[in-house]
Amino acid sequence: MSFAPFKTLTSKTLVLGAENIDTDQIIPARFLTTTNRKGLGKLAFNDWRYGDDNSETDHILNTSAAKQCQILVAGHNFGCGSSREHAPWALMDYGFRAVISSEIADIFHANALKNGFLPIVIEAAAHQWLLDHPGEEIVIDLEACEVRLPKNGGTYSFKVDPFSRHCLLQGQDEMDYLLEQDEVITEYEARNV
Amino acid sequence: MTRSLFDKVWDAHVVRAETRERPATLYIDLHLIHEVTTPQAFSLLKERGLKVHRPDLTLATIDHSTPTKINEDGTRPFVSEQAQKQVELLLANAEEHGIQAHGWDSPYRGIIHVMGPELGATQPGMTIVCGDSHTATHGAFGALAFGIGTTQVGHVLATQSLLMRKPKSMCVHVDGELADGVSAKDVILAIIAKIGVGGGTGHVIEYRGSCFENMNMSERMTVCNMSIEAGARAGMIAPDATTVAYFENKPMAPKHLSAAAEQWLSLASDPDCSYDKEVRLNAADIKPMVTYGTHPGMAMPIDGIIPDGDEKALAYMDMQAGAKIAGTKIDTVFIGSCTNSRIEDFRIAAHILKDQSVAKSVTAIFVPGSEQVKAEAEAEGLHEIFMAAGAQWREPGCSMCIGMNGDIGKPGDLIISTSNRNFEGRQGPGVRTVLASPATAAACAIAGVITDARVTPRGLS
Ligand code: SF4
Repeated sequence: MSFAPFKTLTSKTLVLGAENIDTDQIIPARFLTTTNRKGLGKLAFNDWRYGDDNSETDHILNTSAAKQCQILVAGHNFGCGSSREHAPWALMDYGFRAVISSEIADIFHANALKNGFLPIVIEAAAHQWLLDHPGEEIVIDLEACEVRLPKNGGTYSFKVDPFSRHCLLQGQDEMDYLLEQDEVITEYEARNV
Repeated sequence: MTRSLFDKVWDAHVVRAETRERPATLYIDLHLIHEVTTPQAFSLLKERGLKVHRPDLTLATIDHSTPTKINEDGTRPFVSEQAQKQVELLLANAEEHGIQAHGWDSPYRGIIHVMGPELGATQPGMTIVCGDSHTATHGAFGALAFGIGTTQVGHVLATQSLLMRKPKSMCVHVDGELADGVSAKDVILAIIAKIGVGGGTGHVIEYRGSCFENMNMSERMTVCNMSIEAGARAGMIAPDATTVAYFENKPMAPKHLSAAAEQWLSLASDPDCSYDKEVRLNAADIKPMVTYGTHPGMAMPIDGIIPDGDEKALAYMDMQAGAKIAGTKIDTVFIGSCTNSRIEDFRIAAHILKDQSVAKSVTAIFVPGSEQVKAEAEAEGLHEIFMAAGAQWREPGCSMCIGMNGDIGKPGDLIISTSNRNFEGRQGPGVRTVLASPATAAACAIAGVITDARVTPRGLS
């Protein structure tokens, strides 16, 4: 699947400051019986957003301001738990294009990148600033690998795997890249399998 | 240069080396698939007109959305039409692409991480992936096994390969003898409590030391299974004589076991190899463990005092810092999941429950990990012990571990569960999960409160 290139993103942030937000919070398992990837945004953080009778709670994610935010700022160790790719699908369908935290779980991190959703691990000082300033408009510049904060918050660089960065900037699909390696894969099989 | 077990398995599977600009292309020996994380991958293949590159290296089963009861008329009570459709779609996709699938009529159907080893499909030195984070289970055999997302499932279906940078390595040493009544589940919970739920992020863990050497394969699987709960992508244990012996009479085991064994035994880490991170625990210090919070790192000795710190988690769990955890009233006991649903787990539970009864206030649900486990347990009469005690003996599957099939608790219920995750809502909205070993779970079922199995009549042997 290819996606829109990701170059810079300017948006207000939505802050979910809890640590260890796991994939069962992002999208509860009972919604995983779906066989397509569309329409999961309304189920994102379902158990935080809806009460027992399915009515909306007053959670920040239900406010109209939240739905304008394309950048999620989350507490330490975001996305831990299962490998469900439904988690980044749900966040993207909700409207997010990036998440910033001080630590992001491996599988979530990999899944996000493969969908054109940028996971950013940033140093503690910047993370704290972001947690303390919800709703500020910030800039994520993937070409420069920088997060620029307003109000003298400063500019912070972040690391992203060069290959993933290339794919994101170009909107390029990893499948094509793998399929192009057909010959070396077949050679490997001839030697080993 | 000295190499670790992980280095050796990784090196043997590099199709194209990693550089600064690009990740490695890694060959995958075994691709396990189930109904939940594959439909979108098969659709992608269809959209792009691609075939499954190596159906012969792909193995399928149905486990997550499958009912654990059978109706009187022989039909299965699916929780929803969508769940049934998902199961049927997996079987149809497998058939269309020529993939070996263990569906309803297979004597091997089961939780994918229980079934793979039972078939002998999981083997030392392999690279194994599955769209499932508990794929780490297979590392117990000295395989490099890890969970992937659905996009990557598509990559492996189409090319039998994966793009990946080599993770860092971590060694968890546990030496010494475990005290009586302490199990593999307690060991891994103690490890996670020590290193934290993010302690292994970016790493592959190798478990070393006499504590793991003394374990049988079932126990090693319990340990490796929960590597992801410490954030690690994979967990591995070097193959030894115990590993080799496991393959006797397994249908997919190598034809020439002794030749294979020689190669397997050479995979052990070189004596003085180094790791990016090392942690040590003393086996003798480990006690039976239970969780008290909402992630697996919030684990404590069962005879201890609930620590303070995470108020939100304690409020959700309705637990008081400073109080003893033993004695907390429970509603349900679940013995099952890829962590603890093998025959050895049910033997322990049966040992404790023999001639005892489940407390009136408790619902006890026991779900074997596979048809093989179910058949073996029934051949040994374990199911009779459970049913006589008042527990339910169900059909194999993931069941209450994830609740996708409708096996969930009621809001507020406290479930003692031998599974691997105690996240909020994991076993149903508002349900409180306490992770524990099969021995602890069985003892709690009798007492109706959180109980140290060592103080029960048969808890110590
Ligand atoms: S038993 Fe639980 S953890 Fe294991 S595969 Fe099934 S749902 Fe996942």
